[in-house]
Amino acid sequence: MTILDRRRFLTVTAWAALLPAGNAPAADSDAAVSGAGAKKLPSALYFEARNALAAGRTITLGRVSLDLPRLAENGNSVTLKISVESPMTAADHVKTIHLLSEQNPIATVARFHLSPRSGRAFVSTSIRLAATQNVHAIAEMSDGTLWEAQAESIVLLAACTDGG
Amino acid sequence: MRPSRIVMPETAKSGEIFEIKALIQHPMVTGHTAAGANTEPRFIIHTLTVTYDGEEIFRADFFPGVAANPYVAFTTRATVSGDIVFTWTDDKGEVTTQTRGLRVS
Repeated sequence: MTILDRRRFLTVTAWAALLPAGNAPAADSDAAVSGAGAKKLPSALYFEARNALAAGRTITLGRVSLDLPRLAENGNSVTLKISVESPMTAADHVKTIHLLSEQNPIATVARFHLSPRSGRAFVSTSIRLAATQNVHAIAEMSDGTLWEAQAESIVLLAACTDGG
Repeated sequence: MRPSRIVMPETAKSGEIFEIKALIQHPMVTGHTAAGANTEPRFIIHTLTVTYDGEEIFRADFFPGVAANPYVAFTTRATVSGDIVFTWTDDKGEVTTQTRGLRVS
């Protein structure tokens, strides 16, 4: 297993141990469950958006930090912060930060266009989360390379569906 | 023009990097109907553009996954004294602008 697969397996198994018997969430279940501990594989829409953004380039894990609450009580508004290690000079800066959701009905949540005038590669915003899921912050650098960070948020009240 | 709120300093030292927060009132209707809870079509603010002394320093593209009353925070470097202009545009073409003066010493 890759490190990410193992982490997901351990997360799901740990949650399954806490739930009453017969209620264990399946790691790859297609059932729509937006409760604590149940996490699905990324949607096809997410992969489409990610591949369109990558346009054949590799997306490397690193340089980006995504500060997202581990537990979102209300998926209608979840505030996050993104920082990227970058000198933000004319020669070397972050051009765009893309925010992608693995489970929302629309995978691209937002794009932020920065420039050397930004001083620091930092952005904060509030988003909707339709279910417990991973969110990805992907930074596109002035040299064309792509870097990312991802973070998981467990959503108790799903945006737009649970009475949002 | 929708109610909007900007939080940023009034003065800054030349070269200093400072943070700007911007919020605007808007329902950001997703148009998502699959869950059956919503029947209205998409109606969101799709772009926020920020200029400083006439040059664009920041731009945000919002999609339906952005929360209602879209909030954003970002940074910029103080260069000259001048106006920082915020322009939000929504799907119906309605534009809201707000201008803040910055004194740079």
